[in-house]
Amino acid sequence: MKYLALATGLFAATTAVAETPTLTIYTYDSFVSDWGPGPAVEEAFEKTCECDLKFVGTGDGASLLARLRLEGANTDADIVLGLDTGLTAAASETGLFAPHSVSAEYDLPIAWDDPLFVPFDWGYFAFVAEAGFDAPTNFRDLAASDTTIVIQDPRSSTPGLGLLMWVKTAYGDEAKDIWAGLSDNIVTVTKGWSEAYGLFLEGEADMALSYTTSPAYHIIAEDDDSKAAVPFDEGHYMQIEVAGKLAGTDQPELADKFLSFVTGEEFQSIVPTTNWMYPAVMPQGGLPDAFGTLIKPEKSLLVPADEADEVRDRALEEWLRALSR
Amino acid sequence: MAARAVAINRAGGGGPGLIAAAFVAAVILGPVAAVLWRAGGGGWPGPADWAALRFTLTQATLSALISVALAIPAARALARRRFAGRRILITALGAPFILPVIVAVLGLLAVFGRSGALNTVLYAAGLPTMQIYGLHGVVLAHVFFNLPLATRIILQGWQSIPAERFRLTASLGMNAGQVMRHLEWPMLRAVIPGALMVIFAICLSSFAVALTLGGGPSATTVELAIYQAFRFDFDLGRAAVLACIQLSIVTVAAILALRVAQSGGFGAGLDRSLRRFDAETPALRLLDAGVLLLVALFLLTPMAAIVMRGGAALLDLPGAVWRAAGISLAVAGASMALTLALALPMALAALKRPMIEAVGLLGIAASPLVIGVGLFVLINPWTNPMLLALPVTALVNAVMALPFALRVMTPQLIDINSEFGNLCDSLGMSPRDRLRLVVLPRLRRQLGFAAGLAAALSIGDLGVIALFADPEIATLPLQILRLMGAYRMADAAGAGLLLLVLSLSVFWLLDQGGRADSDA
Repeated sequence: MKYLALATGLFAATTAVAETPTLTIYTYDSFVSDWGPGPAVEEAFEKTCECDLKFVGTGDGASLLARLRLEGANTDADIVLGLDTGLTAAASETGLFAPHSVSAEYDLPIAWDDPLFVPFDWGYFAFVAEAGFDAPTNFRDLAASDTTIVIQDPRSSTPGLGLLMWVKTAYGDEAKDIWAGLSDNIVTVTKGWSEAYGLFLEGEADMALSYTTSPAYHIIAEDDDSKAAVPFDEGHYMQIEVAGKLAGTDQPELADKFLSFVTGEEFQSIVPTTNWMYPAVMPQGGLPDAFGTLIKPEKSLLVPADEADEVRDRALEEWLRALSR
Repeated sequence: MAARAVAINRAGGGGPGLIAAAFVAAVILGPVAAVLWRAGGGGWPGPADWAALRFTLTQATLSALISVALAIPAARALARRRFAGRRILITALGAPFILPVIVAVLGLLAVFGRSGALNTVLYAAGLPTMQIYGLHGVVLAHVFFNLPLATRIILQGWQSIPAERFRLTASLGMNAGQVMRHLEWPMLRAVIPGALMVIFAICLSSFAVALTLGGGPSATTVELAIYQAFRFDFDLGRAAVLACIQLSIVTVAAILALRVAQSGGFGAGLDRSLRRFDAETPALRLLDAGVLLLVALFLLTPMAAIVMRGGAALLDLPGAVWRAAGISLAVAGASMALTLALALPMALAALKRPMIEAVGLLGIAASPLVIGVGLFVLINPWTNPMLLALPVTALVNAVMALPFALRVMTPQLIDINSEFGNLCDSLGMSPRDRLRLVVLPRLRRQLGFAAGLAAALSIGDLGVIALFADPEIATLPLQILRLMGAYRMADAAGAGLLLLVLSLSVFWLLDQGGRADSDA
């Protein structure tokens, strides 16, 4: 077990540790799991860096930022990977991050010029339904229909927050009316993505809030094309996931090297079929065929990072009021 | 200690119990204090938090009352009937209690959900279908989780009535109603407050179940408010204050319950096997059979759904899942040993100072998130918390299992003390001999049950590991979450079944170990 090895290493072999530098990366838990990108990324980077790459997983993106705030400048982290554009402004305000020097040909629906954070993948939120389901194509029609949905709580889940921002950017001041209209469509609100998606697969609702890329998992891993994302004509809200370097890192060069690696060929070709998101930089081999079958939103919605906090708080209040009746 | 033996003899030694209680209080209150300190003071809860508190109290009260009300006839039926498969039924009925929340919820929905078995039957029969989401769904789920525990606590109460008393009532020609009035009601009065208290405390820190089955943000509990304060607003002060409110409520509930609870005081028996002459009428047989059938249907149908969902994937689960199962078993072993090491001295000390049990109860009502964050704040300056992930998980799991162990052991200890205390005193037995010769043999059943419960709970509980997680060392519940997070719902269902099988086997082995040679 690595646990024992680590413990022994600490007590017995401090010199050996000093010879091989360690790059510590904080990320969300599903990134480091055996079924996420973590293991392949670690192997690929360690081949080139003559270092030990160590992932530390904590909950989801928001828990990751909370953990970082908890540790402050004393954090062991050299890199944080897995925040999204809803969190980058708050992350910048901590003053813990240092500028990066990465430039890449990003394949994102928007121009990227954030000085602190490097995007590594992105996706669109969408409702996923059984293929062939006669689904409404916007929130107004959804509210008027008797289609049932299961969503996540924005207070405990990143996709849940994504949906909140989606409705708010699409409808502005009318968002609260949309939520009031949706209240009888919502079967339930779950703590996280897994519960909501699990309930949908069990047949508890017609649709669940997930990503446009979700059907690709079923096609590639399960050879099952029975799931489809539903295109909404208001456009779809985006999630862009980013990595950043800590200002207090004791491995600044390694950290820079890793940030370049993140936008490189190897990392980017791992992402689509392990994180089930679009790569931030298109790998040479392109995307797996199944991604070609996915819906492509015509309009991308995203609240600028510096307005995210304010919009979020207002939208949450409306959401709570509309659904708590 | 010999010099103090006289002073403390009736309690059988209070010193170690007080030390254990102080340790437990430190493990729970230390982290909360650390979070407060780190926050630089408290934060005042907002109106939404108060609404969450109201909902939490409502659902926890209802869940406790209904669980116990249903558990009384179930425990009575189990106490006065002997039938083939009775012990297996008792063990299997305990399953919901030890499952990870998400696995149990999916099982529950397979029966009560929108497209679940019940609605399929109702629909086919042309009847209106039922909607599980709402306050009633939250209570249904909590009753599903806690009915088995309530049944076991009350069943132990029945078993504490010496068989001789029932023989006496039979020779006096009492019918079932009279037995109820003279023997069973005094026992229930002693047992019910404790059962209510434990279940109320468990339901106070409910989060994912309440939200998922509550159907929306009106089902926000205090634990979700704490989660929001930490993760969404990073308001540590508010999180800590909410955790303190949670702890205060459970303390008040514990004090009330411990005041009301009285020992049955049935006097000594010869530990003989039990036969219930009063219950041998056809009507009562039918009643008991009906009660057991309904309870078994309610608790076991969702279990069957979990077995069916997970069966296909069970045999070719990924290696990482088996590795996690091994780690979980090791953590469970440590957690079980620690629970017993804390519970026995505390239960002995509780003979003199009943309020010690309230300290134990804090463990289940304490916010897991605040405890985790607090431990993190405490450990982080000294060493990398990841290195301590497993020991800390075992410790927190042990503290969470402690209230159940105490609740099961205390009433029996009170009885042992009232029956044999004077005899031991007159024989001048040392506390050590008293423990070895008188207490432990009569406490075996409770020790076995407590050990089984502690181990099984530890296997099924996510605990604090999610906050400390090292990619290399995942426990089984964490691995199930990771599988679900990676879309692998079928594998997650298989791993959920594996967890169910492991927990139940461990529970069965330890529980049976405590009942060897005993009838019941």
